Amino acid sequence: MEILGQIAALLERGEDQEVRSLTQSAMDQSLPALKILEEGLLAGMQVVGDRFRAHDIFLPEVLLAARAMSAGVEVLKPHLGKTDLHSRGKVVIGTVQGDLHDIGKNLVGIMLSGAGFEVIDLGKNVSAEEFVDTARESGADVIGMSALLTTTMPAMKQVISLLRERGLDSSVRTMVGGAPVTREYASEMGADGYGFDAANAVECVRELVG
Amino acid sequence: MRPRLQFLESSLIERIITEALDLLGTLGMKIQNENAVALLADHGATVDQSSGRVTFPESLVMEAVAKAPSSFALYDVLGNQTHDLAGDKVHFTPGSSGITVLDADSGEMRTPVTDDLVRFTKLTSRMEHIEAQSTAFIASDVPGAIQDSYRLFISLLYGEKPVVTGAFTVESYRLMRDLQLAVRGTAAELAAKPLTIFSCCPTAPLKWSNVTAQNLLDCAADSVPVEYVSMPLLGFMGPVTIVGSLIQHTAETLSGVVLSQLANPGCPVLYGGSPAAFDIRYETTPMGAIETQMIDCAYTEIGKHLGIPTQAYIALSDAKALDAQAGLETSMGATLAALSGINSVSGPGMLDSERCISMEKLVVDNEICGLVQRMIRGIEPKDDFPARPIFEEMLREEHLLIADHTRKHLRSEHHFPGPVIERANLPRWQEEGSTTLGERAHREVQKHLDEYEPSRLSDDVKKELVELMSAEAKRHGMEKLPEREE
Repeated sequence: MEILGQIAALLERGEDQEVRSLTQSAMDQSLPALKILEEGLLAGMQVVGDRFRAHDIFLPEVLLAARAMSAGVEVLKPHLGKTDLHSRGKVVIGTVQGDLHDIGKNLVGIMLSGAGFEVIDLGKNVSAEEFVDTARESGADVIGMSALLTTTMPAMKQVISLLRERGLDSSVRTMVGGAPVTREYASEMGADGYGFDAANAVECVRELVG
Repeated sequence: MRPRLQFLESSLIERIITEALDLLGTLGMKIQNENAVALLADHGATVDQSSGRVTFPESLVMEAVAKAPSSFALYDVLGNQTHDLAGDKVHFTPGSSGITVLDADSGEMRTPVTDDLVRFTKLTSRMEHIEAQSTAFIASDVPGAIQDSYRLFISLLYGEKPVVTGAFTVESYRLMRDLQLAVRGTAAELAAKPLTIFSCCPTAPLKWSNVTAQNLLDCAADSVPVEYVSMPLLGFMGPVTIVGSLIQHTAETLSGVVLSQLANPGCPVLYGGSPAAFDIRYETTPMGAIETQMIDCAYTEIGKHLGIPTQAYIALSDAKALDAQAGLETSMGATLAALSGINSVSGPGMLDSERCISMEKLVVDNEICGLVQRMIRGIEPKDDFPARPIFEEMLREEHLLIADHTRKHLRSEHHFPGPVIERANLPRWQEEGSTTLGERAHREVQKHLDEYEPSRLSDDVKKELVELMSAEAKRHGMEKLPEREE
C-alpha cells in the first residue's frame, strides 16, 4: 500500500495539511479506515516515538507529528467503530499549593496534549481539594502534580492522602515531577508514577492508563 | 557578523615583519641542504660557505610572499572537495605523530601498533566536525624506515578524508608521493586536487635541516601543500617574550615560503607552526599553556596579514588522562583558534602535549569542534524584524514550540551536541546509567567502529597501495606487512 507509507512519512515530517488530504485520498480509494489508521497514521507515529527516544528528533517534531495525526484522525473518525478510536485518557495537571513555578508543568501539558491526551490544567498554587474535586468531576484517569520548591513537595502527599480518604485512589492514578522530586521520593509518598521530564511524563501517563 | 579575535595591532605586525626581514637579511638561516642553498644562491641570496648560513634580501622574501596563493582547496580520496583553506574558514584535523596511544581499557599510555592506526583512521572517518585525517601515530610494529609512509598508507586505505602528514626522511617522500599518485592516477591530477598536507619543520633557531628542506622542495615540485611548522620555545630556543618569539617564527616561516615559491611559484602553502611556552619548572613544552595559544593566534594574524592561509597546533592538551584539564585546554584552544579564523587546526584527539592520541578524546573533541563551528557562524537576525508578530503568536498560542519561526530556525540557530556532552536533568541521567564522560566517549568509539563503512576507493587502487607498501617493507627487511582488520 504505497499511499499508507506516504501518509506515515508525511506524518513523521509533521505535514498536517498533506496528511489530511492523503488520508482523504486513501478513503476515496476505498481502503478500510482502520487499516489507514494502523498502517498509515499509527505506523508513522511509532517511528516518531522511536526517533524521539533516540534523540534523533526533538520535542517540536513530536508535537507537529501529533498535530498531523489529529488531522488524519479527523478524516477517519466518522468511518471508525467506537472501539477503534478510544480516547487516550484524561489528565488533570497543576503546580501544588504554595508553589508558583509552572514552566515544567506547562511543558508536560503541551506534551500530553500533543500525545493525544485530554489535559485539564489547573495552573499553579493548586490545593489538594481542587485537584481531587476536578479529577472526580471530570472523570480523569490521572492527576499530575508538579513542584519546584522542596518546601512544597509535602503538598503532593496531601493530594494522594485525600484521594485515599475519598476512596478514589483506585480509579485516579497520580504522577509527580519537578526539579527536587526523585523517583525514591515519589515512591515514598505513594505516587503511582514519576516523570523526570516532560517526555518521560508522557511515557509515565501511558503506562498508568495502559 | 562573524566574531573575530585579534591580539596584534597592525603596526605591531608590520614591526615584527620588519624585524624578521632584518634577521633574514643579516643573520640568515642555516640551511643544511645543497639543493636549497643552490636554489637560493641562484635567486640572489647570499651564502656564507664557512658558516652554512644563507641571508635573504628583503625583495626575495616579499616576491615569494606575493607568489604564495592566498587560498587553496583539499580533496578527498574520491576527488571531492572537502576544504576551502581561505579567509577565516576553520577546518579541524586530529593531532598527529603521537608516540603513544591512551588505551581506554587499561588507562595506560602505550606504544601504538597497526591496529591502533587502523582503528583511529576508521574513527576519524566518522567524525562530523573533523574534516581531515592525520597520520596520527607512529606504529611500532613496522621498521623505522617505513614508519612515516606506513601511516599514510593506512590512512589512504581506510579513510576518505584528506591527510595531514609528513616524511621523516628524504627517501620516504618518494613512496609517499607514489601512494598519492596511486589514488589520483596522474601527477597532474594530484597537483590539481591536493590530497595531503606535509608538515615541514624548520629547526629552532633559524635553521633548515637537510631532510625538511628537501621535503619542502619535493612537495613544491609536485604542488603538494606544505605547512611550515616553526617551533620557537619561549625563553629556551626562542626569546621569552611572545613578540620576540613571533619575530623568530616569522623569519623561519618566511624562509620556508621563499624556498617553496622559488622551487615552484604558486605552489600551495600554509602559514603554520607549533611554537610553545617552555615551562622551566618541568622542562616541558605545554601546548595547553595560554601563552602557547596566544602566540598561535598571533602568528596566524601575521600569516593573514601576508595573505597566506594559516595552520596551528592548538586545541590539544597536556593532560595525561581524559580529564577536566583535557577538556578545558582543548576547548579553550579550539575557541581561540576558531575566533582567530585559523584555516587548519591540528590538535583534536591529543593528550600529553603532542605525544599521545586518545580515541575517546577525539570523540569528545569532535563535539567541541561542533560547538565552536556554531559559535563562529555568529549572531545574525533571522526573520526577527519586525518583532511584534512572533510575540503576538507567543501570547496567543502560549508557547513557540511548534511555531513556524521555531521550526524554520531551530536546527540552524542551535547546535545540539551529544551524546558525549551531557545535558539531561539529573534523574534522567541517573536512569540512563549515571555514566561519566569517559564512559560515554568509550561507548561512542565502539559504536563508530561498529558502524564504520569501508572507504569507497576502488579495490584496484587499494590493491596498488598494498603492493607499493609491501614492496617498500620488503626493501627494509619486512617480508610481510602486519595483519590488518578489515
